[in-house]
Amino acid sequence: MAQLKVLVVDDEPGIRSGVARILRSFHVTYPFMDEDYTYEVLEASTGEEGIEVMEREHPDIMLLDNKLPGMQGVEVLEYVRRKNHDVVVAMITSYASVDIAVKATNDGATDFIPKPFTPQELKSSIEQITKQQYLKRITHRLDEEGKKIRYQFLSVLSHELKAPLNAIEGYLQMMHDRQLGDSLDDYSSAIDRSMQRIQSMRNLIMDLLDFTKVSFEKHFDKIQEVNLEDVVSNAIVTVSPYAIQKDIQFETMVKNCKMIWADPNDMEIIFNNLISNAVKYNKTGGKVSVSVDCNDNDLLLSVKDTGIGMSEADRETIFNEFSRIKNEQTRNISGSGLGLSIVKKVVELYHGVINVESIQGKGSIFTVLIPRTQIQNIKPL
Amino acid sequence: MDKKIYTVLVADDDPDYLYQVTYYLRKAGYEVISVESQKEAEQVLAKSRPDLAIFDLMMESDDSGFILCYKLKRRYPDVPVILATAVSRETGLTFGLSSDQDRDWIKADLYLEKGVRPEQLNQEIKKLLKI
Repeated sequence: MAQLKVLVVDDEPGIRSGVARILRSFHVTYPFMDEDYTYEVLEASTGEEGIEVMEREHPDIMLLDNKLPGMQGVEVLEYVRRKNHDVVVAMITSYASVDIAVKATNDGATDFIPKPFTPQELKSSIEQITKQQYLKRITHRLDEEGKKIRYQFLSVLSHELKAPLNAIEGYLQMMHDRQLGDSLDDYSSAIDRSMQRIQSMRNLIMDLLDFTKVSFEKHFDKIQEVNLEDVVSNAIVTVSPYAIQKDIQFETMVKNCKMIWADPNDMEIIFNNLISNAVKYNKTGGKVSVSVDCNDNDLLLSVKDTGIGMSEADRETIFNEFSRIKNEQTRNISGSGLGLSIVKKVVELYHGVINVESIQGKGSIFTVLIPRTQIQNIKPL
Repeated sequence: MDKKIYTVLVADDDPDYLYQVTYYLRKAGYEVISVESQKEAEQVLAKSRPDLAIFDLMMESDDSGFILCYKLKRRYPDVPVILATAVSRETGLTFGLSSDQDRDWIKADLYLEKGVRPEQLNQEIKKLLKI
């Protein structure tokens, strides 16, 4: 239950107590709202008192009589607009004056309630206003969140792209100035480091391309029959140079649902990322187990490693864009911080979910569940 | 002739940038303590007082540099701090140290974009150390 504050500004005590009585037992439901709204009624008998109560209580809705003893309703309205209060104002008017109606509308009144009004008239006005207020706030909040995410994305991206450029430029400058000596051998580590930075920048750019593809491209127009066994073994081949270095053993089990209908590129993104992470964050001599199976409802994919694992706090953020776990153990592992966010986006395209369980120092298991309806009923267009 | 050797603490999680800055500062005659994380920087600050510090903004967390500036200034109010980052203004990140309001919450003496020439960095350090 959420409660909205309704401020009634009217010099007639009967109107104020009437509103309070009618709204006491009233509540509004709306399919999009998380909860029902109920009302707390505040009262003021003059415009001046109304402003005072508004400043103190910040009501959500104001029912404002125009004809008041001192300050007029329209003036209160002007005050609200000037101070930019987040309150929806409905004017209570006893006679239909076009002039006042026009002025009040210009000043931001959203509704008119004729006086005298029936309980039903009041309730339907309040219901309208509540929905309107709710939608306004939701839209505002979404705007804010959207801006924030976009901003974070850009600033991190700029950081991730410029950092390697600065590093490489720095090494080239050292070579240019012959800082470390006259022989090329003096610069072998600078050259190695530059190559590594270029490689990781290339990976970042590839991930970014995947990311934008997943975010903006039209989907489900490349659906075809995909052999998941092949996708898994290709992913293992791709990561094998690194896996050999770290002496990682693979174990693959494809039980059911070997053949599915999907965009092959999507399945590659899922397995390539999960399997390469399972190698990157594994210990030397570790193991990676990949399994594909299904039950009555879902396709079940899982990738398990015997690696460094992660903390509970890290589990909550790893699917976010550019989130990388930074600690002693991950310091020398390169990554764009985009892989898992891309995997999550892809999985969600298929109405699936991705989860991770992990024990620090022991390993992690990533599990993907995709409803069977999503991979069996969708046929090429 | 001033014979004092100044100690500079540099914290940056980019090993290449750290190597390069350390190299140039040593060449310019500074004693350099270089660390790769906010945590290590805090350990250094707990034990010793550098003459100047250069902090990267984003290390373990996105605001590691701000936190380090704050902690350093609380402990050693007189030690000048340079905040260095590769995040650029094009993204809408417009903080600098030009207004009082910014200086009020960013406890750094100078804000530098990474990629400044070594000589320029040295100039700025000398200005801050008043040498």
